[in-house]
Amino acid sequence: MPKTGMLTTIPDFTLTPRIDQVGAEERASRFTKRSIKKEAKVNGLKLVLNMIDLTTLEGKDTEGKVKQLCYKAMHLHDALPGLPAVAAVCVYPTMVKTAKNALKGSGIKVASVATGFPSGQASRDVKIRDTRYAVDNGADEVDMVISRGKFHAGEYNYVFDEIAAVKEACGEARLKVILETSDLITFDKIRRASDIAMYAGADFIKTATGKIQPPSSMPVALIMIEAIRDFYYKTGKMVGMKPAGGISKAKVALHYLVMVKEVLGEAWMNNHWFRFGASSLANDVLMQIMKEKTGVYQCASYFSID
Amino acid sequence: MPVTNKKNIKKSNTIKLKFDTGWSYAPAPESKSSASFNKQYDLFINGEWVNPLSHKYFDTINPANEEKLAEVAEANAADVDRAVKAARNAYEKVWKKMPAKERAKYIFRIARMIQERAREFAIIESMDGGKPIRESRDFDIPTAANHFFYYAGWADKLEYAFPNRNSNSLGVAGQIIPWNFPMLMAAWKIAPALATGNTVVLKPAETTPLTAMKLAEVIRESGLPEGVVNIVSGGGATGAAIVNHPDINKIAFTGSTEVGKLIQRAVAGTNKKVTLELGGKAANIIFEDAPIDQAVEGVINGVYFNQGHVCCAGSRLYVQESVAKELIRKLRDRIETLIVGDPLDKNTDIGAINSRQQLDTIHKYLKIGKDEGYQMYESSCSLPAKGYWCRPTIFTDVAQSARIAQEEIFGPVLAILTFRTDDEVIQKANNTPYGLSAGVWTDKGSKIFNMTKRMRAGVIWANTFNKFDPTSPFGGYKESGYGREGGLHGLLPYVNLSN
Repeated sequence: MPKTGMLTTIPDFTLTPRIDQVGAEERASRFTKRSIKKEAKVNGLKLVLNMIDLTTLEGKDTEGKVKQLCYKAMHLHDALPGLPAVAAVCVYPTMVKTAKNALKGSGIKVASVATGFPSGQASRDVKIRDTRYAVDNGADEVDMVISRGKFHAGEYNYVFDEIAAVKEACGEARLKVILETSDLITFDKIRRASDIAMYAGADFIKTATGKIQPPSSMPVALIMIEAIRDFYYKTGKMVGMKPAGGISKAKVALHYLVMVKEVLGEAWMNNHWFRFGASSLANDVLMQIMKEKTGVYQCASYFSID
Repeated sequence: MPVTNKKNIKKSNTIKLKFDTGWSYAPAPESKSSASFNKQYDLFINGEWVNPLSHKYFDTINPANEEKLAEVAEANAADVDRAVKAARNAYEKVWKKMPAKERAKYIFRIARMIQERAREFAIIESMDGGKPIRESRDFDIPTAANHFFYYAGWADKLEYAFPNRNSNSLGVAGQIIPWNFPMLMAAWKIAPALATGNTVVLKPAETTPLTAMKLAEVIRESGLPEGVVNIVSGGGATGAAIVNHPDINKIAFTGSTEVGKLIQRAVAGTNKKVTLELGGKAANIIFEDAPIDQAVEGVINGVYFNQGHVCCAGSRLYVQESVAKELIRKLRDRIETLIVGDPLDKNTDIGAINSRQQLDTIHKYLKIGKDEGYQMYESSCSLPAKGYWCRPTIFTDVAQSARIAQEEIFGPVLAILTFRTDDEVIQKANNTPYGLSAGVWTDKGSKIFNMTKRMRAGVIWANTFNKFDPTSPFGGYKESGYGREGGLHGLLPYVNLSN
């Protein structure tokens, strides 16, 4: 489906690189063998905190819940001064206004899921309006889901055009495209969806909604990170990465950081280009930072749950 | 609209990733406290440590800092004779007569004891040989233990290994092992010999004798009958004494093709059975439809594993021209992220070169490659001031006629050649005096089978490289030697079959 008039030639997505699953899993496990100790651990954990999109995406979300989460985002653990804040708070479109107000002046971004999250089974028109609603209410970032059904049916043009249309609806807001990798299943398809999203204008690609099992894994994230690197090699354009769902332990987050460092390098080692979508990761990171500082693990009760 | 944002967009060929990040790993050295070894080792003969009749000892050093670790006895012909006599005596009086299931118990016990002391073995292996602790911990020592486990299982099942035949043990096996996988090679040699009812005189390599000495301790503690395994350290003269000893029935050698040829001459006209596992210059072939990122990892594991001190290393890389540029770019970026340094640091990917002599050999070939006019890329990492080190290195646009494409370098040096068609690459891959291993990378199953059928190499890996398992036979074609080690096939060199 080559298109003309754009800076980059759009490739034929049926020809995206093939992935050998065994090799990819082996490579991903190599990152987990890195030993991260002492100051490297503390610095890494602070970086992780700063990359978190603190998330609440529940049917039972209320303004009260969102306000509390926003307060937590700004005051992760006041007992320990000098901690960075999280990167963003991620909510449903109806909660964007509340979050925006609560976070005013903090520098923390508001991200909103949109486009019929999490299934994406909505008409194009509804998805665009969902996106505009979030942006009009002040969302700095939009996390969209792709149409997995259309993707499996081989309608790559549809998926591509939809992402491009949502990107246009985003205006200045940065667009994260959620592939929902557990719906795509194979590594070949995950790579193909990554390429479609990036060529269609994604600012970030994101693994999962966090709503279905199994959660995304390191090998899956590796496939996407390598797609980002290849896209950068070809076009010179950087695309961000956001693994989400199932990352609740500090140790795992450090493994992801190792992976970014060794595949993408310095330019991606900040929250403009890398995020963790997580609801419970922050407290484990805080607990580990306190452990490094005091030498002992503190009880989970010392860390606020929001 | 998609991809129209022009700011920050550079020309593709100027794009470079930067891996020197603000966040770096702190040193994570493995503690040496759980490993202990003596200042001096004698010869392990007939279940005891005995002073060498030669009265000579030689130093073994740590190649990462050039410090002396210990001194080890140098066995002369008289010492070897003593060891062979002990092995013969144990064979005739004990081992030959022992029921196979009893033999198996000892081999199982040795396997378990290696597992229990795996950490100690791994640390000493890395100190004595220079290999990264990640490899000795995750590969060398566990695989060594697995070889003992595997062959222990065969000991009382030989009638199933060779159906309708009787298998008879040979007698005394003389075994000479190299310095690249000291402990693993000891296991490859000793385990099948014991399982089939033979006794052993083993000579570890001159630069890496320490884990063999620790293995002797394990063997002694295991209660294995005296003289069944004898370990005599020394250099080339010691090896020659083993090869030439008239009362040895079988020679198993892993090492250089040059020495392999000497051994073949020496045993010509004798009754000795021989297996030789010698050098290699493996072709690793990447087709345009290959999973490129996984192939890059395969190339890295293929040639930089154990500093390239691997006889089956994928040191000749054939890349289909249409993907050569992309692959080389990725390889160049990848070698920047390899961590070179202290073998005992858990984050080290490439440790120290095994010896000064080997480092000189590698440097000689680096110079030859440059003089031959090939483009050389090496990692920009810094190297420690003391010890023997070599950066991971790539030569591109190499010709088939280049010496760096033909000769075994045995270091972290990769020669990259390109090809156009299947027939061409098979011809080029087979165009070598060696034939130990090869690799094929393609998404197409039928192509894999076509390639593996036509290539002359003992082991061919498809979409992976340098994978080992005790159940899988290993060995070469042509000047890479003959005979197979590992698997069911690995039993055969240690038995005589009769009807």
